[in-house]
Amino acid sequence: MSEQHRSRIMERLRTGVPPTAPVESDFSVISEKQWPLSERLLRLRQRLESVNGRVHECGRDAWVAELQKLLAGRKLKALMYAPGTEVGDELDESWDRSDSALPALLPALEPDTDIRERVFQAEAAVTGTLGGIADTGSLMLWPTAKEPRLMSLAPPLHIALLDADRIYNTFWEAINQQRWAEDMPTNALLISGPSKTADIEQQLSYGVHGPRELIVLIRS
Amino acid sequence: MPDRIYPSQPESVYFYGTCLVDLFYPDAGMAGIELLKREGLQVIFPQDQSCCGQPAYNSGYREEARAVVRSQLALFSKPIPIIVPSGSCASMMRNRFPDLFEGDPDESKAVALSGRVFELTEFLVHVLEVDLVDLGPPVNVTWHGSCSMQREMGLREEPRQLLQQLNQVQLTPLERERECCGFGGTFSVKLPEISSAMAKDKADDVRRTGAQILISGDCGCMMNIKGTLEQDGAPVTAKHIAQFLWERTHESG
Amino acid sequence: MSQADFRGAASVAVGDVQLRGNFRRAMDGLMEKRAAQFTDADEEGRLRALGESIRSRSLARLPELLEKLEASCKRNGIQVHWAETTADANQTVMDILKNRGARTLVKGKSMVSEEMELNHFLEAEGIEALESDLGEYIIQLAGEMPSHIVMPVIHRNTGQIAELMEQKIEGAPYTEDADELCQIARKVLREKFYRADAGVSGVNFAVAETGTLCLVENEGNGRMSTTAPRTHIAVMGIEKVVEHLQDVPPLLSLLTRSATGQHITTYFNMISSPRRPGEVDGPEEVHLVLLDNGRSRIVSDPELKATLRCIRCGACMNHCPVYTRVGGHAYQAVIPGPIGKILTPQLQGLDERGDLPFGSTLCNACVEVCPVKIPIVELLLRLRAEANSPTGDSSVKGSGAKRDKTEALLWSGWQRMHASGKLYNSLSRVLAKTGNLAPGFMPPLSGWTATRTKPRFASQTLHQLARKRGVPDE
Repeated sequence: MSEQHRSRIMERLRTGVPPTAPVESDFSVISEKQWPLSERLLRLRQRLESVNGRVHECGRDAWVAELQKLLAGRKLKALMYAPGTEVGDELDESWDRSDSALPALLPALEPDTDIRERVFQAEAAVTGTLGGIADTGSLMLWPTAKEPRLMSLAPPLHIALLDADRIYNTFWEAINQQRWAEDMPTNALLISGPSKTADIEQQLSYGVHGPRELIVLIRS
Repeated sequence: MPDRIYPSQPESVYFYGTCLVDLFYPDAGMAGIELLKREGLQVIFPQDQSCCGQPAYNSGYREEARAVVRSQLALFSKPIPIIVPSGSCASMMRNRFPDLFEGDPDESKAVALSGRVFELTEFLVHVLEVDLVDLGPPVNVTWHGSCSMQREMGLREEPRQLLQQLNQVQLTPLERERECCGFGGTFSVKLPEISSAMAKDKADDVRRTGAQILISGDCGCMMNIKGTLEQDGAPVTAKHIAQFLWERTHESG
Repeated sequence: MSQADFRGAASVAVGDVQLRGNFRRAMDGLMEKRAAQFTDADEEGRLRALGESIRSRSLARLPELLEKLEASCKRNGIQVHWAETTADANQTVMDILKNRGARTLVKGKSMVSEEMELNHFLEAEGIEALESDLGEYIIQLAGEMPSHIVMPVIHRNTGQIAELMEQKIEGAPYTEDADELCQIARKVLREKFYRADAGVSGVNFAVAETGTLCLVENEGNGRMSTTAPRTHIAVMGIEKVVEHLQDVPPLLSLLTRSATGQHITTYFNMISSPRRPGEVDGPEEVHLVLLDNGRSRIVSDPELKATLRCIRCGACMNHCPVYTRVGGHAYQAVIPGPIGKILTPQLQGLDERGDLPFGSTLCNACVEVCPVKIPIVELLLRLRAEANSPTGDSSVKGSGAKRDKTEALLWSGWQRMHASGKLYNSLSRVLAKTGNLAPGFMPPLSGWTATRTKPRFASQTLHQLARKRGVPDE
């Protein structure tokens, strides 16, 4: 059935779409958005905070300590993480397992269990990012086999680690410099704040389906 | 829309009265002619002129509109500006005549004519650069710019600039001065409930300014808002900007 | 089925004080938010020009780009289906569900699925289809249509929503706290995401070069619907394709800034394949259903094809003085507001919805904000001419269907009067003398005089005054 539909639609389009002169696109209004690193960092931070994201800056090797400090008083039982990723390895190495005020590290994957079951019950998860976008205050994520898609979506608290030197000016710049078009992953994401809705009389509510809270640790 | 390049002051101009001015507000038309004459221009009013064709065009009767416009094309043959005391008729002539005659034997005539069309306040400000001296008593007014004037002709500041030259005139802006008054030509009789609701809101906005006079550059809007105000017994009158300017600045008053 | 009637529905809606208040407040808020996003007119102008160029390019090369999209998707493992009509598209979705043994599904927000009336269709087939966007979920509970394409339940205030949720959701308490209402919905839907056999979504942009389906959302329900279930079915109109990945960022920026005044939405979700070997979540199958339903006809008209540039931001309705006063339901169409007034008659035919193009004052407020510069007013005028076409000889469906003999006669009389200077001069003098005698209570004037005084003809025309005062004739 689909094949017949296809040929009829394509036939109509081929005979119908009038020939036009080639249309050029001038991307300069985007490409000229260029800020120095310090301003990119500031912009990203301001944009994220304006949509209820929380941002903490820390030294390159101090992020685990910073995270522990942030979570110490929160009475979380477990923090889901992705062993075998850069973030996961550093957590494995430095997480203070003896401190009972801290949540236990919970690996995202467990043999013979459905990830959905685990992740829907998790209270918090920490993931890495591919970079950030100053223009819009966004995090770029490419979930992987080790760090599944639902980790940044199902738990009420999402913590993301971002390297300051990977903050791009614009989304357009990032996809061009990183040559995304050559090889797209299963799922690529921009995340700009916690889940929200304004569907009820334009009143802003957070955490409607995804995380209620987004904490971004920026290390530089 | 690209900024228009304005010519220097010509010796003579055509005046295009428009059908609404002709039938309902002829004094506004005469005032427009007087304002132009005072600047030393010879004003020509071709007696065979009737209508820019917009009513039929906007109603989807393009053949009928074309026939009427074709009769008008012949009346303005000299290469001089055509001044129109209406944003919406000016826009019809300036923006839609070329499309209406695309591929027609009269296309070049239509295009040439459209290039010579100016809305009255546009012409007073940009070509004649008039200086007005206010002779009237203090008065509080408000201004309604039609949608065609604001968005099709790009004329937002021109009328305001003229009114602000009058030092006894206090101009209080409408709260929603960009919003349509609900006239919309035949819309007002085809969808009268919505049109009336919009006109009512606009009339309320006018009343809240406390203005004694509502001034507009388009007779359709004026008729609509004024009619609503009158029905409510509001103590506000309405005047076309040409008439208002002429009455305020004209010696024998 | 009775003929849809904008005027009838609008005249009722315009008298509903509560409804008008809801819309006025909401639209004022949205206009303000958009304005705050575009404070630099130069940037706005250039970005809109870029958006227009991208969408025009997509449509100019539509056949080629659709083939490319199909090839890229197939290469990535996404299964592509083509549907000429909404019935075909519904059947395609049903066949996929059957093949997968799916009985329940969750839906992300999709205007194309509304166009297909997919929920009704599936319900009749015994499939449970649950809307998961909060606004869509609420109107599904109410059995209503969306009244806005971005904010589907904008016609209801909090109290009305609270009442509905208390009635329809078991165990839900009455609360007017928006956060609590969200959490009630979250709880219900969480369970559904977890259990649903399939997820259905729309597509905001489909990238031909990479075979990527892009979804724009704030809530996360779109990500849920496309990640948690084993099967994901995306439905899109064929016009949604863009050529390159780099075409997406400007459109995304225009979309979110124009729609809700956000720099960007919380989530921008780009799906390029089903779950790959080794991956532990995401659907095992991804299907893309490409729907024509009249679009190939629209794109073949050099002028009307601009309709299909639309990226569904809703800015035209937010800024529309008519929409603001009557709300979305009065249009009796999936897509209301200015874009709906040009799109709906083209999809359904002027015979069915030839009334819509006339429901506008042509004020251009929509044109001023359209992020891809669709000349909505020019297209309304074109469709009016098509509706009243004397020949009906056109590719527009239902051309000529609205032509009315009496009205045509009136315009032909108008033409005769105005095309002759002589006749005009003599008739206009007659009007000056006797026009004020015409009774105001007769239609069509009665619509005018219900709330306004009757316009008064002047005793002399401008022609007469000019002649008397010696204004030269040439």
